[in-house]
Amino acid sequence: MIAALLIGLTRFLVGGSGQWLGCAPSARQRIYFANHSSHLDTLILWAAMPPDLRRRVRPVAAADYWGKGAVQRHIALKVLNAVLIERNARGSDPLEPLRDALAAGDSLIIFPEGTRAFERLPGAFKPGLYHLARAFPEAELVPVFLDNLRRALPKGSFFPVPISCIARFGCPMQLEPGEAKPAFLERARAAVVEMA
Amino acid sequence: MTLPTIEPTMKLLFGGVLALLAFASLVGFVLGRWVTTENGRNTVRNLNARIKAWWVMVAVFALAFLFGKGVTIILFALISFYCLREFLTLTPTHPTDHRPIAAAFYLFLPLQYWLVWIDWQSMLTVLIPVYAFLLLPVLAVLKGKTDDFLARSARIQWALMLTVFCISHAPALLLLELPGDHKPIYLLFFLITVVQLSDVLQYVAGKLFGRRKIAPHVSPSKTVEGFVGGGLAATAVGAALWWITPFTPLQAASMAAAIVLAGFFGGLVLSAVKRSLGAKDWGVMIEGHGGALDRMDSVTFAAPLFFHLVNYFCAR
Repeated sequence: MIAALLIGLTRFLVGGSGQWLGCAPSARQRIYFANHSSHLDTLILWAAMPPDLRRRVRPVAAADYWGKGAVQRHIALKVLNAVLIERNARGSDPLEPLRDALAAGDSLIIFPEGTRAFERLPGAFKPGLYHLARAFPEAELVPVFLDNLRRALPKGSFFPVPISCIARFGCPMQLEPGEAKPAFLERARAAVVEMA
Repeated sequence: MTLPTIEPTMKLLFGGVLALLAFASLVGFVLGRWVTTENGRNTVRNLNARIKAWWVMVAVFALAFLFGKGVTIILFALISFYCLREFLTLTPTHPTDHRPIAAAFYLFLPLQYWLVWIDWQSMLTVLIPVYAFLLLPVLAVLKGKTDDFLARSARIQWALMLTVFCISHAPALLLLELPGDHKPIYLLFFLITVVQLSDVLQYVAGKLFGRRKIAPHVSPSKTVEGFVGGGLAATAVGAALWWITPFTPLQAASMAAAIVLAGFFGGLVLSAVKRSLGAKDWGVMIEGHGGALDRMDSVTFAAPLFFHLVNYFCAR
């Protein structure tokens, strides 16, 4: 009910259509990684998934934003089925909940920049993607470029304006044997930029 | 809820539109059987998608007309909304222009259609050309970013003028007080029918006889033969509809010719805008047609002109 309402509102205001350029939607385990420019990113990527995949493709969201208010928390946990992580966790491993979700067979949506960028193209990736790729080599890594979101809801604004947002899905990639961390992260970033 | 009663004239008009659509569907079906080349098959597939979309669009308009002024205004407000969204999605606006864009969508669009609803004619003709024109750059300048400032302001103003100001003049026809017992809803029917038929007939005449391109770089499908043939045919249909308007047959033909001409140039100008933004269609909303603005481009130019012509020559 809330999910249908949320999808309807998203479609009406900010579109959220998916363009599957490099691969087709699939139920096999994947880690989707995308550029991060707006609080809408999670919602748009979720709306761009075919309905039958939405439950098993879980967005990774920052606990300091999505876990804050009761409404956001409810949407994040009950509707989006998100995995909440502590960005500034001291002592504990912030990737722990992600590993648990992957071990349970779920797919993930992550934003490897860690924070929203001002520019259209993504900044440097944090190493989380590398660690997950190494721990779960059988999961496909799918690059996603999210376009127009920084215009629909730029960093620092409180409500979206109706500009259609698009999620472009690229060719799946894998961590090559022996590939060094910086080289892999740069290759992953380039795969996202390629679809800009 | 009781359904509103439908006037005999309206029944007749929509009966005519349905007959036309049924005929078009039949032609599309026969062409689908008949055409063999790959190129021809693509054309027919696009034609049939267009005809199918026409059924839906006519149904939506018929419902709005049936329920009267309020629903018709809401329909056009929604059309403006989708057109504005398409325009600003394709236009490279800057993230710092979030405030003027929000004002365009959430303030000026509803306000303009509210003015139509409460029948404040003098204000609806100045709200966007004057007040939005002054307020939007103020909202932008407060962010303190000067890069590309003129172009950024112009993009948003153009978007608002074309998709909200211009299109709102179609339902604004309902406000005009006509001589005798003529009803303005038929003027809206006249405008939409002539504009859209002109587009369709120019497309058909162009496909059949088109040889000399008018503006190959701007709109490669527009030909002299298509424009003249389709334009004259649409003008003739307009003249034949004189009995639903306060015009004489000759006046109706002149009005239709003005609508055809304005619609043609609207299509041409918006095509140039679209191409300057590197796109072929405004969107993907209507299968076979492209976006909502691809269907409304001629209306943006024809509606204000027709509104003022009627207001000047006929309205009491």
